[in-house]
Amino acid sequence: MNRREFAKLGRALLVATALTPMALTASPAFAEETIKVGILHSLSGTMAISETTLKDVMLMLIDQQNKKGGLLGKKLEAVVVDPASNWPLFAEKARDLLAKDKVAAVFGCWTSVSRKSVLPVFEELNGLLFYPVQYEGEESSKNVFYTGAAPNQQAIPAVNYLMSEEGGAVKRWVLAGTDYVYPRTTNKILEAYLKAKGVAPEDIMINYTPFGHSDWQTIVADIKKFGSTGKKTAVVSTINGDANVPFYKELGNQGVKAEDIPVVAFSVGEEEVDTPINAEFIKTWKTYIKNKKRVTNDPMEAHFIGFNMWVEAVKKAGTTDADAVGDAIIGVSVPNLSGGTSTMMPNHHITKPVLIGEIQADGQFQTVWQTSGTVAGDEWSDYLEDSKDLISDWRKPLSCGNFNVVTGKCGGQGS
Amino acid sequence: MRLWIAFMLAMVLLAARGHAAELATEIKALDTSNFAQKENAIAAIASTGDARVAAVMTALNDGTLLIRKSDRLIVIAEGKGTIRIENAATGEALGQAAEADLDKIAINNKIRRQSKVILGNLTLFSEDPAVRLKAADDIFRSRDLSALQPLKDALANEQDPRVKPALEQALAALTMMSDAPEAERLAAILAVKARGGQDAMSLLASAAQGSDAVARAAAEALAALEQTRSLWESMQNAVYGLSLGSVLLLAAIGLAITFGVMGIINMAHGEMVMIGAYVTFVVQDVIRSSAPSLFDYSLFIAIPLAFLLTALIGVAIERSIIRFLYGRPLETLLATWGLSLILQQGIRTIFGPTNREVGTPSWMSGSITLGEITLTANRLAIVVFAALIFAALLLLLRHTRFGLEMRAVTQNRQMASAMGIHTARVDALTFGLGSGIAGIAGVALSQIDNVSPNLGQSYIIDSFMVVVFGGVGNLWGTLVAAMTLGIANKFLEPFAGAVLGKILVLVFIILFIQKRPRGLFALKGRAVEA
Repeated sequence: MNRREFAKLGRALLVATALTPMALTASPAFAEETIKVGILHSLSGTMAISETTLKDVMLMLIDQQNKKGGLLGKKLEAVVVDPASNWPLFAEKARDLLAKDKVAAVFGCWTSVSRKSVLPVFEELNGLLFYPVQYEGEESSKNVFYTGAAPNQQAIPAVNYLMSEEGGAVKRWVLAGTDYVYPRTTNKILEAYLKAKGVAPEDIMINYTPFGHSDWQTIVADIKKFGSTGKKTAVVSTINGDANVPFYKELGNQGVKAEDIPVVAFSVGEEEVDTPINAEFIKTWKTYIKNKKRVTNDPMEAHFIGFNMWVEAVKKAGTTDADAVGDAIIGVSVPNLSGGTSTMMPNHHITKPVLIGEIQADGQFQTVWQTSGTVAGDEWSDYLEDSKDLISDWRKPLSCGNFNVVTGKCGGQGS
Repeated sequence: MRLWIAFMLAMVLLAARGHAAELATEIKALDTSNFAQKENAIAAIASTGDARVAAVMTALNDGTLLIRKSDRLIVIAEGKGTIRIENAATGEALGQAAEADLDKIAINNKIRRQSKVILGNLTLFSEDPAVRLKAADDIFRSRDLSALQPLKDALANEQDPRVKPALEQALAALTMMSDAPEAERLAAILAVKARGGQDAMSLLASAAQGSDAVARAAAEALAALEQTRSLWESMQNAVYGLSLGSVLLLAAIGLAITFGVMGIINMAHGEMVMIGAYVTFVVQDVIRSSAPSLFDYSLFIAIPLAFLLTALIGVAIERSIIRFLYGRPLETLLATWGLSLILQQGIRTIFGPTNREVGTPSWMSGSITLGEITLTANRLAIVVFAALIFAALLLLLRHTRFGLEMRAVTQNRQMASAMGIHTARVDALTFGLGSGIAGIAGVALSQIDNVSPNLGQSYIIDSFMVVVFGGVGNLWGTLVAAMTLGIANKFLEPFAGAVLGKILVLVFIILFIQKRPRGLFALKGRAVEA
């Protein structure tokens, strides 16, 4: 009797877990032929906090494009899957999208681990992935378009700003990050860069914490101690996900002020840049999501740019075939939200302006520094021994993601 | 002669009027987006020596120095919502303005520092001793030699016995850095050493470079202070360890009942903690919208509610699932694990996948400084709270009828039943108690962690670790285990880092369990065989 009831319960459990993904993949079915667009963002688990918004923004962009009449005379159809913040599941879901749903392009991933997990699948099945998040570089794939910032568009300018007189002439550096590939690689680049700029090794403190870390007492006390040697100190934070909240709380509670030890971060924050095109985007977004409080952020802009680039490339190529679109998209320029245009470069990274803002009490940013033009994303860092001789150029006839300019051969390092 | 005096007077008057005009003109230069121009403007403003300079600098630093869009007049704003503005240069009130009519003057770190230095020199002469004290401390830290003369002037006039030593120390700090005669600098080093603390150490460290007598004296003073500091550091580790230990204790103490006393492998324990945290969120939400004045008491309201709700859920779980699975640990594990997924998804459906913000009452914000140790108020409150819960639970188990029945049932079910104890009822209530305590823990943990559907998952492993390490079925064991693990973790963290530190603790526990499978405080007697 007991056993039977338990078995029943077990079955009920299985049904419950099986139902969830089904409910999530349900998407409007169109009678006529459509172009399918895959959306591969976690809707549950630790990364859901960040990625759910990106799914919504993609649905909005697709909706807008359909209102404009679709693409190549066909409607776009979103195929939403939930990889549940589970890195191997990302690869499985990507395979489903490409092999079963036959999507023309996929917009997705947030963490570098998830991107690394799907990379072989996209290369094997020749799919197109638009990756919208700032990342550590050291990668260039024929099948991936990196619309977020590379280190030279984010970490390096931020450090340069803090080193300058305006930024506070910082001499000592705390590189604090979550323990995974993005912070580790970024900090490796930053460390090499700082040393090249003449910063002594004892003036650099590197600290890693696990995902979801909540007890920041010791680390904040260490940062305070490190920062009280009389040399101006700053924290470069690559802390990712919700561990940021207790981190900033602890900093605030322990009385660490931005004037004493400023914290510069890339993984956190909502930004609002005062340009008409951004205002327009925010208005559409808030109407679409029916919530005035939802703010916009950097990966959202990256999807906005990436999606528009893909649309332009498909129009240019006249087909959604991956190779044709891949060739057509290089050189495509679309407006970005900072008031300029971004161009897809031959290395599959884009040009974007770099802005540094100070966060205000209301959660918005006040720009304190910005580049005069745009900066092209540099995939292979010039500051790492392994990668300084590598370049990536996916135009024919070179078509290589890791061309070594010294040896003149394709296939130096990485993929 | 008289004519000469009249002329002088006129000059003085003109100069005085010139001041006001000067500030009014200089301040206009702040209306630029170029930071370099702003710096020049600030230097010019400071050099006017106008009485309003302090007010202007303070406003600039606070972000309340704004530009009225209609006529580009620089104003100081006050208040939120309805903003009252006054002319920054003259202090003349200009009525109210809307936020949209005003432009902010952006500043960067360099300007912030510049205006702080100007303010520091001005506030040395403030009426308020507390402000003077702070100014002296600021100068001690900034080591800005331009403050030397104002500092000497201020010291000559200072009467307050609390402010005077601070000014003297600040003066010593500057003298030490200056090119004063060697004897003076040596004396200054002793004064700085007497002050002690981190700031003094960093000052001495920068003076210790070189090989002259002053540098040697500074190095000696530094070494002496270094010793005190390492003592403080160990104490800091111990205090932080206690704080982490009480978090572990809170998370584990409910499990010490459901797993430790009843022997149920309860994977849904973490979800009870999570539900407790969400109760806090809901209570605060209601308070925010209906009675904001009660916000500081929100946690006291949330605690009984969280206890009741999670205890009820616990009783319901025991009655509907667990009672059919007694004596079958593997099935219990699977069922409670499945339940934890259902509860997580349920919360996610109701409240959404994103984190919910739980506010901190004002009495739990900020920090307390003990010598060189800074302990934040919310963590201190949790230490106290964990101790209270532990004491209450101990009393309940030892000195109440329910506690007696509970121990009787867990030690020998048949015998307890033969003595007339309604064992099924006791089982349900015990599980409810364990769950309720987990719910209370959730209220406390909402103050230091993110309130998300995953909150429970991050504590379940730690909780099991504490209970197993401490010895199943023993509350004291749980206490000692939580504190040991907390302190060990905090002593390892500075050397090994947060990630490796945790791994080392886990390795230690694995080895320990090999040696003593029943944990620190093993139960003896017949209960063990049962």
